[in-house]
Amino acid sequence: MGFDRKAVIAGVYEHPTRWAPDKTMFQIHAESARGTLVDAGLTIKDVDAYFTSGVGPIGVLSMAEHLNLQPRYLDSTSIGGSSFVAHVTHAAAAIAAGLCEVALITYGSTASSERFAVGTGGGFAGDPPDHFEGPFGPTVLGSYALVAQRHMHEFGTTSEQLAEIAVTIRRHASLNPVAKFRDPITVEDVLASRIVSSPLHLLDCCIITDGGGAVVVTSAERARDLQKRPVYVLGGSEACCHTSMGKRDLTDMAAQQSGPRAMAMAGMTHKDIHMCMIYDSFTITVLETLENLGFCKKGEGGAFVQNGRIGLGGELPVNTDGGGLSSNHPGMRGIFLVIEATKQLRGECGARQVKDCEIALCHGTGGMLGLRHSGATLVLGRG
Amino acid sequence: MADEKKYKKPLPRIDEESKGFWEASQRHELYVQKCRACGALRYYPRALCPACLSDDTEWVLSSGRGTVYTYTVTHQNQAAGFRDELPYVLAYVELDEGVRMLTNIVGCKPDDVKIGMPVEVTFEDVNPEVTLPKFKPAT
Repeated sequence: MGFDRKAVIAGVYEHPTRWAPDKTMFQIHAESARGTLVDAGLTIKDVDAYFTSGVGPIGVLSMAEHLNLQPRYLDSTSIGGSSFVAHVTHAAAAIAAGLCEVALITYGSTASSERFAVGTGGGFAGDPPDHFEGPFGPTVLGSYALVAQRHMHEFGTTSEQLAEIAVTIRRHASLNPVAKFRDPITVEDVLASRIVSSPLHLLDCCIITDGGGAVVVTSAERARDLQKRPVYVLGGSEACCHTSMGKRDLTDMAAQQSGPRAMAMAGMTHKDIHMCMIYDSFTITVLETLENLGFCKKGEGGAFVQNGRIGLGGELPVNTDGGGLSSNHPGMRGIFLVIEATKQLRGECGARQVKDCEIALCHGTGGMLGLRHSGATLVLGRG
Repeated sequence: MADEKKYKKPLPRIDEESKGFWEASQRHELYVQKCRACGALRYYPRALCPACLSDDTEWVLSSGRGTVYTYTVTHQNQAAGFRDELPYVLAYVELDEGVRMLTNIVGCKPDDVKIGMPVEVTFEDVNPEVTLPKFKPAT
């Protein structure tokens, strides 16, 4: 079982913009595509598979047209912000099966310059479950807050412990020249920020920016004569979690299912992982993901994130780029998890480089944590 | 009944799968579904039991009593209707019958809501078709 080291990440590019009122969303996709192909040493003519999300029901076709692509493999999996993590797994599977050779994954968004209220805009999708939720006013943020409140009740997790996550990730952002917020913050700053949806404070929440990024996945064989050190796709898996007919334990996340599968596929255990990129839509997302991936037991996440363990130089550095909490969050952050993990494995991260980084784990959570969400785990290894 | 012209929050669509629930709400009765084939309870209502895919469904009248499983006091929501009523309490209530439902806690100060607090259903008549089951502290 597995990809048998047949697929690698050959190119990554994070668009440096955080505010782009002069650009369209499609333009950010295209600029990101250009960036990742330059990074890989490939051209747009080499691309034979295309992946994107967040562009509307058949937006993948519009994007293919915008880039004049003629792909033989298309994937617009749309499971929220984690979609792009899942795309890497899907691309690796397609490449391992011989369905394509050079897969381009792109993302772009102008959420900030369009003043889109990503987490507190309400919104009402109109699917059957929405009709039993929307009338009561759940926000995306509120769906995570419901989980945080329950976690505090069951395990005694504190706001100080959640704040520690925001503080650590801000410290990482201070080392990233393109991060939006780079000034250090303290636990007291987080606790003094206003409550947006109890028990979550403003500084427990990801920021809203414009931005984009792109990734190229190709075969190990094709990567052999490319310019960058390849990063192997060792394992990947997905899962979803919903209200389970009204019986779900809210401390259960999709990560509990996808994490062990991806790690088993990669043949790795927790002690093999040198750093993690975890979707940090909110501080509670990081804490629950670490528990559900099995880095600590359920209920121990609060203690786990304290004392520098998830900071650079700690036992398990998390979100070294500054994450969605401080660097960038244009609405769907999954692609940035893959980009930063790849840069860490290549040793390209400068001041924020994790020493001797050989194995990285990415976990994206998409959707609304306490209502329905997806989880996509990816294990990557230095070539 | 709420002033329909002023009511800006989303209204549920009443369709073939859900109308039994909403019609009962109009009568101020709360129902959950039970599968006659496998006995599984479910919320929200739908035509087929997801546990066994049987469509042999029994509607079970709920006592309307339960406890707060979790909640959040919402201080920010830009959506029409909700932004005029901040802060409000969004919660999962665990009914005594054993299923959890998303709802609002009303009839008390938001800061008085606690996990485990006993609550009982109260019905908000929005318009002639729609009545929403919400919960208030149990008497």
